[in-house]
Amino acid sequence: MSDTAAFTVPPAGRSLWQDARIRLLRNRAAVASLVVLALMALGCVVGPLLTGHPYDRVYQDYVRVPASLSSYPKAEALPGAVQRIAARIRATPSEIAARSDRVRLVLTAQRPIDQRLLVYFDRSDQFGTPVIAGSEQEGRRLVLEVPVKRRHFLFGTDSNGRDLLTRTLIAGRVSLAIGLLATGVALVIGVAYGATAGYLGGRIDMVMMRIVDVLYSLPFIFFVILLVVFFGRNFVLMFLAVGAIEWLDMARIVRGQALSIKRHDYVLAAEALGVSTGGILRRHVIPNTLGPVIVYVTLLVPKVILLESFLSFLGLGVQEPMTSWGVLISDGARAIQATPWMLIFPAAFLVTTLFSLNFLGDGLRDALDPRDR
Amino acid sequence: MSAPILTLEGVSKRFTKPLDAASKFANLLGANYSEQTVHAVDSVDLSVRQGEVVGLVGESGCGKSTLGRVVAGVHQASSGRVSWRGRYTDEMSAPERKAATLAIQMIFQDPMSSLNPRLRVTDIVGEAPVVHGLVAKAQQDAYVAEVLDRVGLDSTYRRRYPHQFSGGQRARIGIARALAVKPQFLVCDESVAALDVSIQAQVLNLFMKLRDELNLTYLFISHDLSVVRHLSDRVVIMYLGRVVEAAPARELFKGPQHPYAQALLANVPTISARKKRFAALKGEIPSPLHPPPGCHFHPRCPMAGPRCRAERPALKEIAAGHVAACHLHDGGVGALAA
Ligand SMILES: Nc1ncnc2c1ncn2[C@@H]1O[C@H](COP(=O)(O)OP(=O)(O)O)[C@@H](O)[C@H]1O
Ligand code: SF4
Ligand SMILES: [Mg+2]
Repeated sequence: MSDTAAFTVPPAGRSLWQDARIRLLRNRAAVASLVVLALMALGCVVGPLLTGHPYDRVYQDYVRVPASLSSYPKAEALPGAVQRIAARIRATPSEIAARSDRVRLVLTAQRPIDQRLLVYFDRSDQFGTPVIAGSEQEGRRLVLEVPVKRRHFLFGTDSNGRDLLTRTLIAGRVSLAIGLLATGVALVIGVAYGATAGYLGGRIDMVMMRIVDVLYSLPFIFFVILLVVFFGRNFVLMFLAVGAIEWLDMARIVRGQALSIKRHDYVLAAEALGVSTGGILRRHVIPNTLGPVIVYVTLLVPKVILLESFLSFLGLGVQEPMTSWGVLISDGARAIQATPWMLIFPAAFLVTTLFSLNFLGDGLRDALDPRDR
Repeated sequence: MSAPILTLEGVSKRFTKPLDAASKFANLLGANYSEQTVHAVDSVDLSVRQGEVVGLVGESGCGKSTLGRVVAGVHQASSGRVSWRGRYTDEMSAPERKAATLAIQMIFQDPMSSLNPRLRVTDIVGEAPVVHGLVAKAQQDAYVAEVLDRVGLDSTYRRRYPHQFSGGQRARIGIARALAVKPQFLVCDESVAALDVSIQAQVLNLFMKLRDELNLTYLFISHDLSVVRHLSDRVVIMYLGRVVEAAPARELFKGPQHPYAQALLANVPTISARKKRFAALKGEIPSPLHPPPGCHFHPRCPMAGPRCRAERPALKEIAAGHVAACHLHDGGVGALAA
């Protein structure tokens, strides 16, 4: 035993959590993950307000445009757009001179042009209200100045022409909220239930774990449909309910841990000292199950996020125009060849989040174990 | 001599291993598996007087720890009764039972596994006194410092975790935890077995110092005869769940009466040759799942006769305060008693 080495640590008055925080902050991967997760959460909360696009705004003229750092409409797309609008006005465009913020053109027609039809420019997503610079030949020839509306679609748009950046961020709100909510519920129920069953043991343990087995054998979808019948399409209740199903694995893991922990002499000592069952569970059993529990939580969050996309696919989860990462990814996967950006961006967000959760979970497990130095 | 403070009357502890699903299924098909029962402790009578140090010795697996745990209230006896200060534990009122629980404390063998790795020393030692209201939560830290001083541990270390201490220091933390609830009786289960020899001596001296200062009574469990000899007033020898001989230490080490005790003591290790413990005994200790009938010791006993295989020998007083369970001292081993 190397006493001298052990005692270089000062006898500071820190709590387990303060200690854990200090150890966590020393773990670079965990700190980086924490920063990434914080940015992700911040981005998802305030981001949609800053992108300049409502998440459900449909741009009919920008369906499936690829991601681009420069603004839309592109210069080469302008003449075509003008052509289409002119056709609706039943006039022929000529002398199209496109500059970055306005287009100058001449419309000619057989009969006088109905100026009310110029509203088609307005209605398009590319142009503003046209200004008539000159009207010749009794209105059969109009000189127009049409302002161009500049828009950015950094992540491109989806197959309905909605801004993918805004939708990815909005989806992140939903997915992160679901992940945390359902996992939190599963954590609380699973740890309390599993620790109680494992520690009490014997017949109580048997009954409690048979109940878990029965719940396991219930078809999950059947359960969810029942819940939807009861709660309606209430998003929050839905995912509290998902958490209330996902606790089963947690309960099994914690029970297994508790079974081995209760054989330790420190639990016997606490019993001999007359500590109540609740006190033994809280101070001796549950804290010592933390390692595997935290690792399992980092696996459960992604599991719930993916589960949500499955439910949404069946029409039981979030509904259009609301969305989640799972929904975006399954939409993107269906159109992977034509519009790869619809898959790449939401998937990148999800993967980044999952990686960060994993590193953070590892870091937390190590930080919460006072033996690891 | 004062009256006994702790008495065991015919205490047994059985562990039953329930059949697993496969055996149950096999039974349905006509197999004949039955539940396995370990008689870890088999009708033991024992009494301990105030201030006494009773050494409990025997080979590994003979039920010493189980007996200690029954005494400390960690296990319930399967049959038989335990009385503390003249009151049967099963007849006690709740407050009496709590007082008895706190009065009898246990000190464990493995100083690492007996300390919760996630708690600081101050919480390990201070938990029970706070739970039972012996000290207020606000006074916990000061109280723990006081107890740590008593067991010879620097009280500035109390904010540390168990893994930051050496083996001997951990043993002291375990002792401090027990002392924190002001016990009168300590069950020490191989409490120094895991320590280096030099540290063992320090911890044993601490036990003796505490006994004088706090007027403690000990049940000192060990398989190490030299430790028991050094420490005990009285020695109890167990074999396969039963007490085979009990006598004042000096007398027992001078003249053991039971053949098992004789074999055990024939090779009392010296400090220089501690490892050779039970070299004089031939054969394996039988499984407590299937103990031999009659005297449990007969398969290994050089003196065994026909009576030994059939009849269980009772504990007989052969001298004042000296009992042994052997037919040699109770009418011979030759034939079945009429
Ligand atoms: N909790 C338990 N469950 C089942 N069997 C046990 C349990 N504790 C002890 N035993 C059995 O009881 C017997 C006595 O064990 P123990 O009291 O630990 O012996 P010792 O301390 O003398 O080495 C052993 O055969 C052991 O396997
Ligand atoms: S009763 Fe018989 S077998 Fe048992 S110890 Fe005595 S002589 Fe040996
Ligand atoms: Mg033992």
